[in-house]
Amino acid sequence: MTTATASRYTAEYQSIAPALPGQSLTWLQQLRSEALASFSVHGFPSLREEDWRYTNVSAIEKKLFKPVAGLTAGTVDADWLRQHQLEDAWSIVLVDGHFSAALSVLDGLPESVSLMSMAEALSAQSALLERYLGRAVAGEDNSFIAFNTAWFTDGLFVHVPAGQALAKPVQLLHVVTQAETLAATRHVVIIDDMAEAQVIETFVGLGQAYLSAAVTEVFVGPNADLTLYKQQSESDKAYHFGGIYVKQARDARFRHHNFAFGSLLARNDIHADLDHASECELNGLFVGGKRQHIDNHTRINHLEPRGSSREVYKGVLDDRARGVFQGRVIVAQDAQNTDSEMNNRNLLLSDDAEIDTKPQLEIYADDVKCGHGVTVGQLDEKSIFYLQSRCVDEETARNMLTFAFANEMVDKVKIKDLHDRLLEQLLARFPQEGVKKEWL
Amino acid sequence: MLSIENLHVNVGDKPILKGINLQVNAGEIHAIMGPNGSGKSTLSHVLSGKSGYTVTEGSITYQNKNLVDMAPEIRAREGVFLAFQYPVEIPGVSNIYLLKAALNAIRKHHGQPEVDAMDFLTLVKDKVRLLEMDERFLYRAVNEGFSGGEKKRNEILQMAILEPKLCILDETDSGLDIDALRIVADGVNSLRSPDRSFVMVTHYQRLLSYIKPDFVHVLAHGQIVKSGGPELALELEEKGYSWVDRMDAGDKATQGAVAGGAA
Repeated sequence: MTTATASRYTAEYQSIAPALPGQSLTWLQQLRSEALASFSVHGFPSLREEDWRYTNVSAIEKKLFKPVAGLTAGTVDADWLRQHQLEDAWSIVLVDGHFSAALSVLDGLPESVSLMSMAEALSAQSALLERYLGRAVAGEDNSFIAFNTAWFTDGLFVHVPAGQALAKPVQLLHVVTQAETLAATRHVVIIDDMAEAQVIETFVGLGQAYLSAAVTEVFVGPNADLTLYKQQSESDKAYHFGGIYVKQARDARFRHHNFAFGSLLARNDIHADLDHASECELNGLFVGGKRQHIDNHTRINHLEPRGSSREVYKGVLDDRARGVFQGRVIVAQDAQNTDSEMNNRNLLLSDDAEIDTKPQLEIYADDVKCGHGVTVGQLDEKSIFYLQSRCVDEETARNMLTFAFANEMVDKVKIKDLHDRLLEQLLARFPQEGVKKEWL
Repeated sequence: MLSIENLHVNVGDKPILKGINLQVNAGEIHAIMGPNGSGKSTLSHVLSGKSGYTVTEGSITYQNKNLVDMAPEIRAREGVFLAFQYPVEIPGVSNIYLLKAALNAIRKHHGQPEVDAMDFLTLVKDKVRLLEMDERFLYRAVNEGFSGGEKKRNEILQMAILEPKLCILDETDSGLDIDALRIVADGVNSLRSPDRSFVMVTHYQRLLSYIKPDFVHVLAHGQIVKSGGPELALELEEKGYSWVDRMDAGDKATQGAVAGGAA
């Protein structure tokens, strides 16, 4: 069964394939052709699939998004970029799915650390990549992964060797500048034994309709520590599909902070597989207005004993926005003494906003501590009146309360520059007459 | 300062206040006492502008302005302060943030520049000491996890900082132990001034031993059935509310005399 839409994309594929990176790598060519075959059969996910029942992706089938012709990147104004580029960080900037050396910042990188574009890594680090690329997504049933594997043009490659703690964060800055563009990017982050790093994925674009399709494969080695941030501030006409697939080794610690503010339609998949005594923390904040649709799909897989996971996702939905939270925690039979908690709290600001939330616990072990909770609510009228009685006008009072609800997630961000930028975005969304940033 | 004339208020279709007359002059302290369900809380809510109440008849005039048509925040900026019976917890909004936002809103309303950061801190810390509070309270979320007594103290702290003209204390003594009551009362007494008035709504006479009112009014069935001086509170304590419950609005002679006298 070849779907009509898949065939539109696959027909197009032959004309772009020769320009994709890694032509000389047989293992990659094989991965790509298998992925293309799989995608040709399945097409994009349909509402009939349980994992996609709340999110209709048919809009991206109606348009044909294309990788930028000739693989030449659009131009980005450096001043504009500075709004999004962190000051004290190394960065890989991808423009329309291609690495821009001029905009990236790599000075002073320790020699032992590899930080480069995926295209470069495919020649400079091909032996290492052969072992990692595709491994974290093996067994995943999501045709966006196959789509990404076949189509990706570039991406981020980070390798922090054993025992090394990166002094500065690494930012992947993913920029789309042209309408109708498909930016399919593949990212691999490898943190070896006892190493530590902080990585930020930032997705932004100029105000057009485009499609970002990113897959990030993350490997956190034994007793290693990774904090991964995702700041999704795509244009309000954009489609965003981002998947993060994490393999945690024994005692590995992984923290994820997912901020979904932008795009018309966004879907996040975050899957983590935990080993013995791994720790996993998933934090999320999604803020939707107008007709935005933001879907978050998380899966924490406790495979071995003594793992712990903490998950908090908060949603704020206004106007006719729709949010989805599907959180799954799986505790395998061997994963005794697992300690897991999942929470999803949602604030609906209008009668037409909607949240579909589905936390799921699947527990096959018998000695575990697992809990989950969900709340869906509105702003408390008593609180609004209380603030009004303290001189605050009603609109500001509403924004103050909404901001406070959301800011709990921003407050957890440890990188000050990133924290302040997120805070500003939140304040811009929920303005408070007369408020000063330093009071917060 | 405040003039309430023939005030009728409904909640939904149900009449709660049925013709209240009250004149509060600058510098005066009025106590409104009454049994449960007499309309005490409705009166304080209507004065502060809470939604859900409909004024069907009569008027409320505050500093020669029609209070009924003013949004709650405008009343607050104009100097009307309600100390809540049940202060609301606001997670994620710190006391210091709310205080500064409120103070600046008042200043802006009066065409004044924003408060200087250092002056503000000095002012706030001063008042924190007055109410025997811990400075760390300022950086905690508004009322979150506060005990009943701490919440009431926090209300008076806000009042002390915002320096309103008309203070409405809604059941401020309920839930307070004697020590906390003394601190709250000291705070209120320190705010007494010739251009500031208080309306204290209370179920118990106890508060009035600490904050001496100029006038006491007894509210029953949505009307002021008796008015007098501080001695009325003692009489009420002695005879109980069943004494006034038996009264009806026919006994208006005293009330008229006192209200008129005050005006």
